[in-house]
Amino acid sequence: MIALRLRHRFERTTLDIDFNTPTPGTTVLFGPSGAGKSSIVLAIAGLLRADHTYVSVDGVVLADTDTHFFMPPEQRRIGVVFQDARLFPHMDVQANLRYGLRRAPAGPIRFDDVVALLGIKALLCRRPHTLSGGERQRVAIGRALLSQPRLLLMDEPLAGLDTPRKAEILPYLVRLKTMAALPIIYVTHALDELTRLADTVVLLEQGRAVVTGPLSDIAVRTGLSLAARDDAAAILTLRVSSHDPVRRLTLLEADGISLLVPMLNAATPTVRVRIPAREVILASAVPATISVHNVLQGVVRAVSQDHGRHQALVEITIGTATVLARVTADAVERLALTPGAPVLALVKSISIDILDA
Amino acid sequence: MWQALSPDEWQVVRLTLAVAARAIGFGLPLAVATALLLSRQRFFGRGLLDTLVHLPLVLPPVVVGWLLLLTFGLRGPVGAWLFAHFGIRLVFTTSGAALACTVMSFPLMVRAIRLSLEAVDPALVQAARTLGAGPMDRLVSIVLPLALPGVVVGAIVAFAACLGEFGAVITFAANIPGQTQTLPLAIYAALQSPGGEEVAARLSLISVTLAIAGLTISEALGRRLRARIGR
Repeated sequence: MIALRLRHRFERTTLDIDFNTPTPGTTVLFGPSGAGKSSIVLAIAGLLRADHTYVSVDGVVLADTDTHFFMPPEQRRIGVVFQDARLFPHMDVQANLRYGLRRAPAGPIRFDDVVALLGIKALLCRRPHTLSGGERQRVAIGRALLSQPRLLLMDEPLAGLDTPRKAEILPYLVRLKTMAALPIIYVTHALDELTRLADTVVLLEQGRAVVTGPLSDIAVRTGLSLAARDDAAAILTLRVSSHDPVRRLTLLEADGISLLVPMLNAATPTVRVRIPAREVILASAVPATISVHNVLQGVVRAVSQDHGRHQALVEITIGTATVLARVTADAVERLALTPGAPVLALVKSISIDILDA
Repeated sequence: MWQALSPDEWQVVRLTLAVAARAIGFGLPLAVATALLLSRQRFFGRGLLDTLVHLPLVLPPVVVGWLLLLTFGLRGPVGAWLFAHFGIRLVFTTSGAALACTVMSFPLMVRAIRLSLEAVDPALVQAARTLGAGPMDRLVSIVLPLALPGVVVGAIVAFAACLGEFGAVITFAANIPGQTQTLPLAIYAALQSPGGEEVAARLSLISVTLAIAGLTISEALGRRLRARIGR
C-alpha cells in the first residue's frame, strides 16, 4: 500500500491531500491542471519539502514531518518520468539507461528486457538531441525502470506529445503494467490515458483528493466528475472466455456479466473494455428479433437527473459490475426507472471499445 | 622569421608558456571551486569573496603586484611562513611570476565557469537525484560535464591573458631573464635598450600570434564541446 498525506501552502493555493492506494497496480491521479498533481509527484519523490508530509510505500516510510524524518530523494528509490524527458544531453542513450542501474542495488529489472519492452534497441548509441519526442520519453521510462525503483512516478509523460506519438507510446505503457509487479503512480488530465492505464483512480480538484477507488467504481458513480462528462462510460475488465469462429464473435465474462463482441485476434487472457453511457439502451422487455447481442439483466442502482438538458444518467448493477446509461428524462418516466427496479440493458457489440488489444 | 629568433628569445617564449601553464594549472581547480561556491551556496561572507575575486579586474596591476609583495614577500605573513616551513620563496622566481598571473587571470576564469555552471539545467540535476546520485556524484557526473565548455573556454582565455600579464609580474617577480622575464617584460626590456626595436618587434609579433591562436582554439573547442551536449 502507498499512504500519502500532504499539506502545503503555496503562494496562491493550498494542497491538502490524503489517500491510500493498493500495491502493486497503477494509480492514476486525475484532475485538471492546477489541481496540484505535479506537486504531489515532487513531494513523493522528495524534490518538494511540503509543510506537512507523510509518505510510505509498502511499509517503508519515506518522509514523516511528525517525527522530523525526511529521506533524501537519492535514497528513496523512486523512479520518476518527467513530462520533459530530462535525458542527460552529454551521454548517449545507453549511458542514460545505465545511469540509475549503476547506482541501484541489484534488482529484478534487467537491461535487455527493458530495451526490448520499450523497443529502443536501435537507439542505444544515439544522443538525446537526435531523438524524437516519443523516443526520448521511452528512453526516460527505461532509465527510471532500470533504477530498480520501489515505485514508478509518471508525471504527464505524454502531455508534450502530439496524438500520433501518444498513440505510439500508450501500448508500451500498457505492457509495462503487465511486465513488472511494480506500483505505478501516473499523473494525467487525459481521459484516454486514465481509462487505458488506471486500476485505482484518485480524483483531484483544487488541491484536494475528492475520492479514491477502483476505476470500475469511480467511473460509473453518478455525482462524481467522471460520470458527469458527456463521454462518460463504464470500464470493465473481463476474461476472454471463448471464441466462436462460425459467428465470428468472442465471449467475454466476469462475475455475473457476459458480453459478446466481434471476434478478437489478440490472444490475451483478459481485456479491458469501455461501454459508453450514450450507447446503452434500456428496456423492460426485448423484442424477439433484434441485432443487439448483449441483453443484460440488471437492477437500477441510482438515477441522476440533468434537468437543464432533460436527460438522466442511470447506474445499473449487473452481477458485480456496474454500467451507465444516458437516457432522456421521458424514458426514465416511461420505464419507471427508480432505484431497485429491474431493467434490461442492451449493449451493441460494436459499441464496446476494446482497450487492451 | 622563426630562424631569426635567437636562443635567448626562444627562452623567453618557452618561459612565458611555462608561466602561463603553471598559472592555469594552479588556478583552475581553485577557480572551479570558487565558482561552485559562488553559484550554489548562500553563506556568510559570500559578497566579500565575490568582491575579492573580482578585485584584480579593476585594480591597477601594479597595485596587485605590490599587495602580493606585502603578502607573499619574505617578510609578508604568508611568504615568511612558506619560507620558514617549506623553504619556498616566491618573490623574484618563476613560481612568483606564475602566482601573479594566477591572481590576475582568476576573475576571468571564475566568471566564465560560474556562467556555465549557472546555465546547467537544475531539472537534470533533480533527475539525477531521483536516479540515486548523491551530491558529489551529481557534481562529477552531471554538473561538471555539462559546464565543461565554459570551464575550458575560461581556462584558455585566462591562459592567453597570462601571456600578456605585465604590471603584477614585474612588481612582484621583477624582470629577471630566464626566470621571470616573460614576453611583455622582454619587450619592455628591449625597448629600454638602444637598438632594441627590432627585437621588440619580433617579440610583439609572437605575442600577437599566440593571442590569436589562443582565442581561435578556445572558440573552436567551445563549439565542439557544446555540440557534444547538443546545444
